[in-house]
Amino acid sequence: MRNIFCDTLVKYAASPDFVFLTGDLGYNALEPLQKAAGDRFINAGIAEQNMVSVAAGLAHQGLKPWAYSIAPFIYARPLEQVRNDVCLHDLPVKLVGNGGGYAYGVMGGSHHAIEDYGILLSLLNMRVFVPAFGLDIPPMVEKLLHLTHPAYFRLGRDEKPKDLDIPGYAPWRKILTGQGPTILVAGPLAGGLLGAFKEIPDAKRPNTWVLTELPFETKTIPDEFLRDIAKSGHLAVVEEHVAHGGVGEMLGRVLLLTGKNPKRFSHFCAQGYLTGYYGSQNFHRKECGLTAENILKELE
Amino acid sequence: MESLEQNILKTKKRLLQMHFESGVGHIGGNLSCLDSLMVLYHRVLKKDDLFVLSKGHSAGSLYSVLWSLGRLTDEDLKLFHKEHTKLSGHPSPNWIQEITFATGSLGHGLPLAAGLALAKKLKKDSGRVFCLTSDGEWQEGSNWEALIFAVHRQLDSLTLMIDSNGLQGFGTTQEVASLNSLKEKFLSFGMPVEEIDGHDLKALEKTWGKKTRGPRAVIAHTEKGRGVSFMKNKMEWHYLPMNESQYRQALVDLDKEP
Repeated sequence: MRNIFCDTLVKYAASPDFVFLTGDLGYNALEPLQKAAGDRFINAGIAEQNMVSVAAGLAHQGLKPWAYSIAPFIYARPLEQVRNDVCLHDLPVKLVGNGGGYAYGVMGGSHHAIEDYGILLSLLNMRVFVPAFGLDIPPMVEKLLHLTHPAYFRLGRDEKPKDLDIPGYAPWRKILTGQGPTILVAGPLAGGLLGAFKEIPDAKRPNTWVLTELPFETKTIPDEFLRDIAKSGHLAVVEEHVAHGGVGEMLGRVLLLTGKNPKRFSHFCAQGYLTGYYGSQNFHRKECGLTAENILKELE
Repeated sequence: MESLEQNILKTKKRLLQMHFESGVGHIGGNLSCLDSLMVLYHRVLKKDDLFVLSKGHSAGSLYSVLWSLGRLTDEDLKLFHKEHTKLSGHPSPNWIQEITFATGSLGHGLPLAAGLALAKKLKKDSGRVFCLTSDGEWQEGSNWEALIFAVHRQLDSLTLMIDSNGLQGFGTTQEVASLNSLKEKFLSFGMPVEEIDGHDLKALEKTWGKKTRGPRAVIAHTEKGRGVSFMKNKMEWHYLPMNESQYRQALVDLDKEP
């Protein structure tokens, strides 16, 4: 996704209000953007607190800054700067975190982002964008460029199955239909699950929805999604994020408020490091039960 | 016509009145930087210039200066630190142009000011950016990140003002976590430094008015509680509000100031 993100931003780099800051990361990926943006590409060094406040200062003066790092270094290290300098002032700073969830795998816990949008969505004025597929990046960047509020863009790996058609971009997309439970997946985790679910016969295949923008309220949930929940009576939320502050909690709250809660609710989410061992992104997903095989078994 | 000295005296009294009426402390650090801010606002700042108050606990001095400029009214100041006010104990955001950023957590102002100065540089905008920090605030790591950035990027429009009153929350800066010498530390980071008497109005006007190539730091040596005998260099006046007799005495003391 990072390369598509870079290629997309290159198209906007000549805009007079464009500024891109990086916390000394992006080697072998962001060079085209560096070339295109010239002096508007700022390597702020390994100093994320300063980088985020500088971005707030730039936004105060009418520029549209992007601030990029490995995900935890853009939301956890400079959290107070995001809270006070960006969110409290409702400035259009776009934070870009590369490697949502366990994407950095065996690099270790310091590099994982399994509580990012829960933390950030507790801040005022913050919006979160979690692209599910590489092809989501251009329309989401376009949207972010016009957004006049703070935002966090959580990049991951593009895991879309090659033979699966994805409808045009929308924050809520129904990708698969079937007579099984209703499943809502956040972010790139959807790719692998869709690849497995599409092989299941219609009678058991989950109605699979993909969600890419947070937060949401009752009015932004598609009626069709609510009808699917009502019809199937069983809702499952899948996300590479801890339960607290995640999509499962958020959706549970909204459904309780509307009285449209399903008879059965399942939540598959990140659970930290259950065994204390480290491995690839898939190792951690498996350990947390974030695999198609486990999800289907649990949903039986 | 009212002289700057008369205006400062009047504004200091208004500051004390506001803090007394609202029962609010943080008076010592307000008095240590008020001379600097009055000179800056009345003699130096122009339309395109920006100021960031990093030591947000001196909001009272900023409100008083804005009152002296007619940007805030007596009615506004009456609500200082009370219910349904914009004049919170530390500046609140997005309501008056002169308060560029809501501050209060230390170590935020300089990085923000660096962003403003970078924006001016990228946009080739005119104007200068001033940022006032305390001295104890230099124990915050984010300031050093910003210092490296400002020097590396040669943010020409940036003037860093340090209100060096030598006292912080729970002791002298020397006792708590010594920064001696801040000047040497700045110089070793490549930041030019000047030291001035932060209560010498002529020196302040000359120094704040000076345009330099590249960013610079100015350490203004000041007295906490300046002008009030019983507050002078006393740590407790970082916190305490005044009772009525203290308030009356403080007004008398201010009139005795040279």
